[in-house]
Amino acid sequence: MEFKLKIWRQANSREKGKMVDYEVKDISPDTSFLEMLDQLNESLVLRGESPISFDHDCREGICGQCSLFINGRAHGPLDQTSTCQLHMRSFSEGETIYVEPFRAAAFPIRKDLSVDRKALDKIISSGGYISVSTGQAPEANQTRISSEAVEQAFDAASCIGCGACVASCKNSSAALFTAAKISHLYQLPQGKMEHKKRIETMVETMDALGFGACSNTGACEVECPQGISIAHIALMNREFWK
Amino acid sequence: MYYTTDTATTPFAKVPEGDLTEKWSHFKDKARLIGPNNRKNYHIVVVGTGLSGASAAASLAEQGYRVTTFCFQDSPRRAHSVAAQGGVNAMKNYKNDGDSVFRMFYDTLKGGDFRAREANVYRLAECSASLIDQAVAQGVPFAREYSGYLNNRSFGGVQVSRTFYARGQTGQQLLLGAYQALMRQVHLGRVTAYTRHEMLDLVTENGVAKGIVVRNLDTGEISRHGAHAVVLASGGFGKIYYLSTLAMGCNGSAIWRAHKRGAWASCPSWTQIHPTCLPQSGSHQSKLTLMSESLRNDGRIWTPLTKNDTRPPGAIPEEERDYYLERKYPSYGNLAPRDIASRAAKERIDAGHGVGPLKNAVYLDFKDAIASQGKAAIAKKYGNLFSMYEKITGINAYQQPMMISPAAHFSMGGLWVDYELSSNISGLFVIGEANFSDHGANRLGANSLLQACVDGYYILPQTLPHYLALLGKGTQTDTQSQAFEQCEKEVRTKLTELIQINGSKTVDHFHRELGKILYDKCGLSRNEKGLIAAIEAIRVLREAFYQELKIPQTVNGINEELEKAGRVADYLEIGELMCVDALSREESCGAHFREEYQTSDGEAKRNDRDYAFISCWNRGEKTPVLIKEPLKFAYTEPTERSYK
Repeated sequence: MEFKLKIWRQANSREKGKMVDYEVKDISPDTSFLEMLDQLNESLVLRGESPISFDHDCREGICGQCSLFINGRAHGPLDQTSTCQLHMRSFSEGETIYVEPFRAAAFPIRKDLSVDRKALDKIISSGGYISVSTGQAPEANQTRISSEAVEQAFDAASCIGCGACVASCKNSSAALFTAAKISHLYQLPQGKMEHKKRIETMVETMDALGFGACSNTGACEVECPQGISIAHIALMNREFWK
Repeated sequence: MYYTTDTATTPFAKVPEGDLTEKWSHFKDKARLIGPNNRKNYHIVVVGTGLSGASAAASLAEQGYRVTTFCFQDSPRRAHSVAAQGGVNAMKNYKNDGDSVFRMFYDTLKGGDFRAREANVYRLAECSASLIDQAVAQGVPFAREYSGYLNNRSFGGVQVSRTFYARGQTGQQLLLGAYQALMRQVHLGRVTAYTRHEMLDLVTENGVAKGIVVRNLDTGEISRHGAHAVVLASGGFGKIYYLSTLAMGCNGSAIWRAHKRGAWASCPSWTQIHPTCLPQSGSHQSKLTLMSESLRNDGRIWTPLTKNDTRPPGAIPEEERDYYLERKYPSYGNLAPRDIASRAAKERIDAGHGVGPLKNAVYLDFKDAIASQGKAAIAKKYGNLFSMYEKITGINAYQQPMMISPAAHFSMGGLWVDYELSSNISGLFVIGEANFSDHGANRLGANSLLQACVDGYYILPQTLPHYLALLGKGTQTDTQSQAFEQCEKEVRTKLTELIQINGSKTVDHFHRELGKILYDKCGLSRNEKGLIAAIEAIRVLREAFYQELKIPQTVNGINEELEKAGRVADYLEIGELMCVDALSREESCGAHFREEYQTSDGEAKRNDRDYAFISCWNRGEKTPVLIKEPLKFAYTEPTERSYK
């Protein structure tokens, strides 16, 4: 297959960026989107040009390091799919594909398509955990937890921390990311005790880092590769104002 | 000759005295301690923040030590532990099906084909139960029964149910638990966590580890970090095969550079080739995705009885299907251990029974499981795996069988460590997949998460203070010393050398070529002639690398090609040592299958008289030097490993 690409190039966080045109040929439909970029990069390196920086690592949809805004959607055209799991068969022959970084004030661009998402670590660091040190834990079966509660907690815990929710939100809100962790820990009995403090510090940190407010458009839920529901945001808001 | 043997040196494994069941208690009873008030005076550097690194860093910081962590990813949460799917083993005997610490120890030792230290393996089993307690307390949502109690399933090489799981995302959930524990310590100011930093060298003075030199991947800045102890938790190097189940960034550079500073490398050729991965579909591919071994609980593996059968799977009647694992290994069937399942698949594929467009796969079929349990039950257990399979291949595995194929997955080998997880360099500790440790010549499924956690949460936090206490208060590391100065200079020179080659081939070209050599000659099966050919081919490739490599010519700022070039330069050396290691071991054991040494029915034939040892490779002037740590079996009798 052949594609025309319009890719955001930016030398570093200080300089201005712009869209640059590229063409790729002889791409097998089973090539993943990132492998297509690999092939483009190999040709750029051989031509003595700077390859395009993009974030990626596990390439099996779980590490959350890949990103990209593809044709105006975080992680591209498929629902509940991260960019590394997207294949070129999802595009049509000769299509022009726009590739941009995840954009948010709290995600400064490092280079080209690669962004700095440290802010998400800071939100977790402010309280996204149960304060149990190694050695303190009681026997695991001492507290029974219903299968339903665990499954609901899991739905929230499955967040891969990619930041698609932030990039998709017109306010660059991290509400879905933050709420997912709050909800995961809240729904388990062992997470209840610190819940009140956790929600206060995490929401405060989220606001302080420059993420916008949630205005309930639901865009984040649509783009979340793990399909995490905005119902968790409702839970966070309800508990925050309690 | 490709290596020499040093019989004068005998590694001291520091296994404590006493009965097998008491060794770990004995160690803890006698270990030196540091008082809570003094711990903040000790600084520990941890390289890698996956499951072992994050859990070690958090646990040590909880005790009060100052810890600095480094990872090349943009967050500690992204380490490749995240990708482990199926589960984590632990001896809880919740199923009342006959499990015990000894049985778990025995299964693991036998699974590794009796090529691991008894005392280490026993301790792994002994500490396993606490890990489940800890993870649950952290909020890891392990699967539960309707009663609210924890659920288990069974994994390969085992006849009890001791695998705890969190859907098909057990690694992710355990890593998030450790990551959150680490971030809690960051918040408390006890851990400084550097992301996007790569360790480029280990600094030693008089044979003692003093710190590391790292490169900031965003700015290119090189910096020195002194410490009272250095912990390498940098994971496995299976990515050396280019196509593997590992993440793109996984590498062997931290351990290899420590090896070049004197740390012994043990059994580097013992690579686990995982039986259930997605087959290669073309030359463009960058990785092979793993499908969890848990699928083998319900999926049946088969190939057509007829060679080159091109009929779709649904059109092949039951009597024309060869369920070869069930046929060859009736008592374990589809849950035969990974090395055996992978070799059996290769045997079928090589014999012309492979399926798929490239004839390089076998079927993993859920038809019978769906018929007996219903689609919903299968979806509950493996839903995310089925959807991942469909995303990548476009095939709905509820309707037709999956196609799977073996792929490089896990490094049983790594840096040599003693019972205290210390390398032969004082002050250098190695944990998780980066060490050779507990899995012998073949790791059982769901034991990698376990080993990473047990090393990080339970063992290192006891053994590392035991070392620190010897140093005495007030010991400081001077990063302006001659050793640090020299090390940084060498790091800078190496980076400059790489960018100045300015040839005509990309890093990936050399990596792909190396991968082909290793898959072909040092993969699922090996022989003397092939290994020698591989060593020669790798030497030629390495020479070409230093003449023909082309990468962007900047050491400042982001340069991913430079990062990759450094790693591939190391792979080109590690690959040679892997082949030498495989060549030196003239027996078959676990994943190391030497074609010259097999039983009449094609199974691995061990040679306990001559090869019951751990290879410890030292750098020699011209060729590597083999030192042997003999393995003694006082509580088990090494038997022929049969799963029939």
